[in-house]
Amino acid sequence: MTIKAIQEELVEEFAMFDDWMQRYEYMIDLGKSLPLIEEQNKTDDRVIKGCQSKVWLDAELKGDKMVFSADSDAIITKGIIAILIRTFNNQTPTAILNSNTDFIDQIGLKEHLSATRANGLTSMIKKLKLYATAYQAKLNS
Amino acid sequence: MFDVTAIRKDFPILSRKVNGRPLVYLDNAATSQKPKQVIDSIVDYYSNYNANIHRGVHALSQEATDAYEASRKKIQTHFSIAKPHEVIFTSGTTHGINIVAHGFSSLLSANDEIIVSQLEHHSNIVPWQMLCKATGAVLKVIPMNQEGGLDMDAYQELLCSKTKLVFVNHISNTLGTINPIEFMTQKAHQVGAAILIDGAQSCSHIRPDLVALDCDFYVTSAHKMCGPTGIGMLYGKEAWLEKLPPFQGGGEMIDQVTFEQTTYAGLPHKFEAGTPNVCGGIAFGAAIDYLNAIGFDAIAAHEATLLEYATKKLLAIDGLKIYGTTKEKTSVISFNIEGIHPYDIGTIVDKLGVAVRTGQHCTQPIMDFFNISGTVRASFAFYNTIQEIDIFVAAVEKAKMMLS
Repeated sequence: MTIKAIQEELVEEFAMFDDWMQRYEYMIDLGKSLPLIEEQNKTDDRVIKGCQSKVWLDAELKGDKMVFSADSDAIITKGIIAILIRTFNNQTPTAILNSNTDFIDQIGLKEHLSATRANGLTSMIKKLKLYATAYQAKLNS
Repeated sequence: MFDVTAIRKDFPILSRKVNGRPLVYLDNAATSQKPKQVIDSIVDYYSNYNANIHRGVHALSQEATDAYEASRKKIQTHFSIAKPHEVIFTSGTTHGINIVAHGFSSLLSANDEIIVSQLEHHSNIVPWQMLCKATGAVLKVIPMNQEGGLDMDAYQELLCSKTKLVFVNHISNTLGTINPIEFMTQKAHQVGAAILIDGAQSCSHIRPDLVALDCDFYVTSAHKMCGPTGIGMLYGKEAWLEKLPPFQGGGEMIDQVTFEQTTYAGLPHKFEAGTPNVCGGIAFGAAIDYLNAIGFDAIAAHEATLLEYATKKLLAIDGLKIYGTTKEKTSVISFNIEGIHPYDIGTIVDKLGVAVRTGQHCTQPIMDFFNISGTVRASFAFYNTIQEIDIFVAAVEKAKMMLS
């Protein structure tokens, strides 16, 4: 599946819910399926810095595809990162770098894009794309 | 007669909705909301007499100057300060602290000591670290205890002839602890040290008498007490303000300028370089008038009722722990629920229209002391109600249900 197709799938899943509470409960559930980062990989260089919740994110290359793992001490944050990883897992670095994340707005999580969310989506997306940039360079070398 | 329903009508923002629900604003320790009397003073200034001050001979400039200086007098009276020129307008508490820290850089030598408390906000720690780095002075820390109070025995042991300055907040922003500043001032003076009190968290709850307190410096921000952001005040005893060098160079703070030499203006202008925040200064005065019309005794009594009620209701929630349990505290409750991250609780209660703060509250040393990553903090003001606390507690219970 392309990133775009997965994003559309997520938008459809979230559209089934009438109110924010159900959407949040679903997001919390998605967090439980997050591919967890190994404990020994929870190092400072894999932390997405912020003063609210702690998020660790790791990435590796399998063939020409990227595989992510992550964790957070806050479960809403875990849900958010799970949503992002679902769209980016098993994609090439180039596909990740060429994608956008407008679907976030459509699934009703826009508030997490605000600048006050120090650990919000914006910094997670930045870190995901940073890994993609690094692995793209590696693949091209 | 204190009438919270009537008071709430003064605050336009309190009637708005957030996420489709009536706003319950419980982040008052971060900033207070503004009554229309303060908002009107801002509109009035820009609509009718906006001008640069202290210079122009024209009517507008004189009106603006008079209003700005009248505000200085209101601040003087409100905080019981001996002389109007001991009131320095600043951009806020942080600015005031930096004026003092910078001033002491020329007075300290290596091995002199500065004492701060473990309860301080980051903005109250960093300037002193910078000062110590620049002068070779040593930073000493008054430890806190499990209740969130300061250890006064340890404080007295730290004080010695090398102590040049003590710095403490009147009230902890994270825990609400009221520190014994009268006692601390006396003890600092016994060893010949100066003391600077941070009143940012207390100014909206307690009206201090600075002459009686006898502290050497006091700083605060208008926005914590119903005034606008970007304006605050530094009080310093005249002798100290004369002694400290100016912080910033610029217009307004000079007497004579040639390329060879400049002489500085007298107090308070020596510390007020550049065109000041005229509007902010005037609105600060309007905020003080507003609070005094309600009365600080009535404010304290209402807030004490809110604190007691909220504490009781929250403690009934299984697994909830409150941090900061000293007898002397203001209407701030920092808490966690076992097994749930504060960020998650803050996110859910926001969806329910309740504004609280989550995280470290810029006090990492307190978080380290309790070995936690953060807390949820609800802070109440005189315009909050018992009904709002019921909504807040119900929101916390809902969050707990969703998150556990």
